Amino acid sequence: MSKIPLQFRHNGRDVAIFVDGGTNLLVALRELIGDLTPKFGCGQGGCGTCSVLIDGELHLSCLTLAETVAGRSVETLDGMKQGPNLHPLQRAFADHFAAQCGYCTPGMLMAAKALLDRNPAPSRADVVEAISGNICRCTGYEPIINAILAAAGGRASA
Amino acid sequence: MAVTVKTFASVGEAAGALSSDRSARYLGGGTLVMRALNEGDVSISTIVRAQDQALTRIDASGPRITLGAGVTFARVLAERDLAFLHTPAQSIGGPAVRNMGTVGGNLFAPNPYGDFTVALLALDATVAVQGGFGTRDIALEEFLQSRERQSGALVLSVSCTRPASAEAFRYRKIARIKPKGGSVITLAAHLPISGGRIAGARIALGSMAPTQIRARAAERALEGRSLDTATIAAAASAAVEGTSPSDNALGSAWYRREIVGVHLRRLLSGQE
Repeated sequence: MSKIPLQFRHNGRDVAIFVDGGTNLLVALRELIGDLTPKFGCGQGGCGTCSVLIDGELHLSCLTLAETVAGRSVETLDGMKQGPNLHPLQRAFADHFAAQCGYCTPGMLMAAKALLDRNPAPSRADVVEAISGNICRCTGYEPIINAILAAAGGRASA
Repeated sequence: MAVTVKTFASVGEAAGALSSDRSARYLGGGTLVMRALNEGDVSISTIVRAQDQALTRIDASGPRITLGAGVTFARVLAERDLAFLHTPAQSIGGPAVRNMGTVGGNLFAPNPYGDFTVALLALDATVAVQGGFGTRDIALEEFLQSRERQSGALVLSVSCTRPASAEAFRYRKIARIKPKGGSVITLAAHLPISGGRIAGARIALGSMAPTQIRARAAERALEGRSLDTATIAAAASAAVEGTSPSDNALGSAWYRREIVGVHLRRLLSGQE
């Protein structure tokens, strides 16, 4: 079966790859582009660790047919840091011990970024809702919620 | 395994491609079909897509509203005119799933999913379907009964009644994982009131049978009566009639039969 040419923006950079029919975006990112920040968890849409932003909207890359992002902008955790500096959300995750094993962290950060890009001053309930599709088996969620609220607070005062 | 992806500009062409190939599946938001591919479902060898704007249209102006099959739950939540559907839409997945999952796809979501369809079933929904034979409207109940045989037809849109008031439509999803998770059971009730009495009661249940079903015995217990304690008790005790739930990781069939009446009573009496 022939390969399908695919072009899109990946963290602000144009990329061009060839994919097999039916390839999901997670496989395209990890195996063809070499961006290992989105993780494979369940492949069913249940865990959220493969979360990416497509045109600024939170999507699950494992359930996205790769060729549907043609011409669109895909953001992953790899594009979050600003040069040598961590993004305020990454800094807050580190400061609040929001990452233990770290496997959920890429998805949590993308879900948190999707929230703060849309709502810079979220309530605690907004944060809980925003990460409700992301599973963490280590932290019990409290440090993650606190980190996101702290990042939002830091932004508001900055 | 690689599959062939066919993308069409119009729903007509997509419907043609879908009806002529048994191993073709229509890809909407991806939450069902991509999951099946990820799990190695070899029965799918072709994916059909349509980029027709008709599939994402919303008409919320009249007493019956129409949602294109490709309308996502996030879009339902962004529409102020669709406030009565916000609770069911909000009960589905996390934000990413709501950005992807569609109204049309939800009609095909197996237990413990398909919650939005429970709401639609209570609101007397019809489904516009295009097959090799042309376009036709099917009552949602009939559509669900033949769901397994509908894979060759393309769902274009779903229409449903707009409830006369906010109190006339109620929805409740019981899940173990908070705030979001698969349904233990899902209930929706449309109770139009005419002259102080219920006229045209519709109760729909999710996870109480292989597909979403109506609780007809409970509807009969409500019809023509006022919504008082005795009526609610009669409807609650009739809720289990005609159901055939299954065991799964979220609950046993026995448990579902035990709680369906309890939750219907709470739904009808406005209890949290």
